[in-house]
Amino acid sequence: MNRYYWILGGFAALVALLAIGLGLNPRDVPSPLVGKPAPTFNLPILATPDKTFGPGDLQGKVWLLNVWASWCVSCRAEHPILVDFSKKVDVPLIGLNYKEVRGDGGFDMNKMSPEEEKKLAFQRANTWLKQHGDPYKLTVMDLDGRVGIDYGVYGVPETYVIDKAGVIRMKHTGPINPDVLGNKIMPLLAELNK
Amino acid sequence: MKLRSLSLAFVFATFLGSTAAIASSTTEAALAADPVAEKRLQSLSEELRCLVCQNQNIADSNAELAQDLRREIRGMIQAGKTDKEIIDFMVTRYGDFVLYRPPVKGITLLLWGGPIALLLLGLFALQRYLRQRARRMAEDRPLSAAETGRADALLNEGDTK
Repeated sequence: MNRYYWILGGFAALVALLAIGLGLNPRDVPSPLVGKPAPTFNLPILATPDKTFGPGDLQGKVWLLNVWASWCVSCRAEHPILVDFSKKVDVPLIGLNYKEVRGDGGFDMNKMSPEEEKKLAFQRANTWLKQHGDPYKLTVMDLDGRVGIDYGVYGVPETYVIDKAGVIRMKHTGPINPDVLGNKIMPLLAELNK
Repeated sequence: MKLRSLSLAFVFATFLGSTAAIASSTTEAALAADPVAEKRLQSLSEELRCLVCQNQNIADSNAELAQDLRREIRGMIQAGKTDKEIIDFMVTRYGDFVLYRPPVKGITLLLWGGPIALLLLGLFALQRYLRQRARRMAEDRPLSAAETGRADALLNEGDTK
């Protein structure tokens, strides 16, 4: 009789282990960038393409970097939350438009010149923000995704919290939901702005 | 009718698959002039996990990001970077998770040691079981005369009734 309890116990332990494993989010890969300085970049601004922006421009401020693209379906889900956030909270929200044209998958990039890509990307990004509202202080355009690689972007949308010293303090992969915003991002922002 | 639409779908899928393969091979072939560099790219990207489709490596995956990363690795090979520098580049951005063979350290100890620990546990259990069985078998002695008599009495009880 005793040994059957052992087997049952072992089975229960296995079920518990698998249940925990199923509950974890495989996309939630810990970013090695948390605690490191935000990688620098210099990218054209969507509203003023002849001007550029880099993380150094916000030195001394706590700010958010949100990676988005018009082809990204989950971005649409989180966008109203960002619009609402930008109206209520006085923290600069910077948009990083990631591979607006290349990431879409609907274009043959071999047949498109860099100028055409740039024009189309700016046009698409502007249209999207007009349609869904623009929560960003400004958006920079990462056409080829090179800056995205430096930030370890692997699934749009992604959001980074960057502190006054320019260090990444948090990374959230996937759409922001009210829970993440209220229970993780807002407390962190309050703490960093103290 | 159903069979026909099925086979049509199959033909269509094969066609799509083959055109996609041709498209990606021509773009990659244009970049791949140096066979030595290409071999390094291949072996490096087989060691790296694609974060979009996590059970594929960068060499096998056709995800956008895997293509970008292959391009990035190719650029670094051309720039004369060592394999270690290239692997470090990936790890600083995506963490140990990109490595199919993560380094042994605190957080990965269970990962590396787990199978060995389970094996040892199994061997221990097996040894215990075998010892117990040997002891039980040693205790298996023939019945004494009194016990045989009692067993016979019990067995015959049913017959008399």
